[in-house]
Amino acid sequence: MTSKITNRIALTVIVLCALVMTATLAALLGYILYHGLSAISLSFLTKDSSSFQAGGGIKNQLWNSFYILFATMLFTVPLGLCGGIYLSEYAKPNKLTQFIRSCVEVLASLPSIVVGMFGLLIFVNYFGWQYSILSGALALTVFNLPVIVRVTEDALQSVPRELREGGLALGVTQWHTIKTIVVPAAFPGILTGIILSAGRVFGESAALLFTAGLSTPNLDFSNWNPMSMTSPLNPFRSAETLSVHIWQVNTAGITPDIQTIANGSSAVLVLCVLGFNLFARMVGKFIDRKLTGKA
Amino acid sequence: MENKSVVIQMQPSPNNEGRSLIQNKKKWTSIFNRNSEWRGKIWIYGSAIVVILSVIAITLFLTVQGLRSFVVDHINVIDFITGTEWYPDRAENPSYGALPFIFGSLTVTILAAILAAPFAIGSALFMTELAPKWGQKVLQPVIEILVGIPSVVYGFIGLSVIVPFMRTHVGGSGFSLLSGALVVGVMILPTITSISADAVRAVSHDLRQASYALGATKWQTIYRVVIPAAKSTLLTAIVLGMARAFGEALAVQMVIGNARNLPNAISDPSATLTTIITLSMGHSTTGSVLNDVLWSLGLVLLIISYGFILLIRFISRRGQIS
Repeated sequence: MTSKITNRIALTVIVLCALVMTATLAALLGYILYHGLSAISLSFLTKDSSSFQAGGGIKNQLWNSFYILFATMLFTVPLGLCGGIYLSEYAKPNKLTQFIRSCVEVLASLPSIVVGMFGLLIFVNYFGWQYSILSGALALTVFNLPVIVRVTEDALQSVPRELREGGLALGVTQWHTIKTIVVPAAFPGILTGIILSAGRVFGESAALLFTAGLSTPNLDFSNWNPMSMTSPLNPFRSAETLSVHIWQVNTAGITPDIQTIANGSSAVLVLCVLGFNLFARMVGKFIDRKLTGKA
Repeated sequence: MENKSVVIQMQPSPNNEGRSLIQNKKKWTSIFNRNSEWRGKIWIYGSAIVVILSVIAITLFLTVQGLRSFVVDHINVIDFITGTEWYPDRAENPSYGALPFIFGSLTVTILAAILAAPFAIGSALFMTELAPKWGQKVLQPVIEILVGIPSVVYGFIGLSVIVPFMRTHVGGSGFSLLSGALVVGVMILPTITSISADAVRAVSHDLRQASYALGATKWQTIYRVVIPAAKSTLLTAIVLGMARAFGEALAVQMVIGNARNLPNAISDPSATLTTIITLSMGHSTTGSVLNDVLWSLGLVLLIISYGFILLIRFISRRGQIS
């Protein structure tokens, strides 16, 4: 009967592992939300951060995070889509394709701080863009590109072969088939992947330390001229994002209410990322329902 | 082939319907406009080139910049890698020993893997073998949310929960290698779990049924059949998690204590390659020796990351053959 007892014990241990993992998540979320939600208020979200006094907000950081996210997506989505289409539809099984696949793999597993250092070297110093939104967005593009390429490739691979054959049989060119038949069929998968990767970009910090900087100039939200230094739209100004702000406050903050700011910012950050996740699921389901015609 | 396809998708322009076909072939610009095959190919090959270029550029520029301290500043490579004293800002006789950071990085990585791997593989087995239907439904979102939580948030929670806990229960300041490993271990938990679950799921059902038919219990089947069959992918999962742990910067920096000496115990404060770069890069001026040495640390980071990538390839290739 020993094997039965071992079986019982081992299975219990496996169940415990799963419980530990779920409990970890529950504890994490519980901690962040319990401590953070009380710190979030309208004034916290809409006030400038202060460097000495208590009561600073995160308005600029929040804006910077979304702005950099938008700029990153502007670069990454077209590039990543085309890269994914190449690997899925055009690439022949040869050395070059293998090399490109290896490159995607390398890009995906490089530490984000290495990407940040590369950004510092090229965009900040060599191109002379200084710590800026543009440098940060380009560094994050390098960081996010492999994700979008993989997502696109996977989504395209799951499109049935018959659809492509149907297009080609009508005498349509390959690119036209891809553009009008294959990509639309793979669209829900691609979109879900893009939104999920947006959550990852939103929370990224190490790659931004040396590219987007640790400070934000005084922003005037009534000035929408993108060339002006005080304009929130200026892509050449330094920009501290929300996640960098959390790090900055915890390691170098000297305001008396560090804990409150960090709690509130973490909660906002986590809520945003959760929002992206939920949104991705909903969009995926919605489009899927539209395309397949299920009620 | 391209020209033929133009013929078929022609949309004749209103002014010269019949002849547009032949004329358009001769006009370069209109071929370019009409024939989206060309434009599409340019886009697609362009982005493939961008991917290749960025990998080459990262490797090349970081290597050139990282070699400066050895070539321009004449620091001995062996001294750099094996030296234990890091006093780059000392006025007389500065020393640049990177061993404490390399040691710290590797220790945090290995400890994190040891902490996370059992729980991760256990959870993966739970959601594939024990409760494939509802376990999957519960754990899949758990994994996705854990992956999504930004690393600074992990660091912040480590700072406000794990560090005080260590201070009262283990002793010392609470900032330690162990705290770093714990934080990173939780971070890589979902990575290892999701890949392990895929690995276990890929094991053929026939194998399991054969094992049950021989009278094996569930655990015997898991331990003797499923795990050996999925071994190489499980290893890949752990190494991928280690690669992620190795590259993590800010979360570790917040809890590890940033000491420059080699730690005597895992409850001592320490530093890693990523944390020292994070801390010092902003303060050093471009072209100074300290700056060059930091780039060399970055190069070490890059080389070890490549090592992880090669290791993963090696493991998965060996798995395919056997």
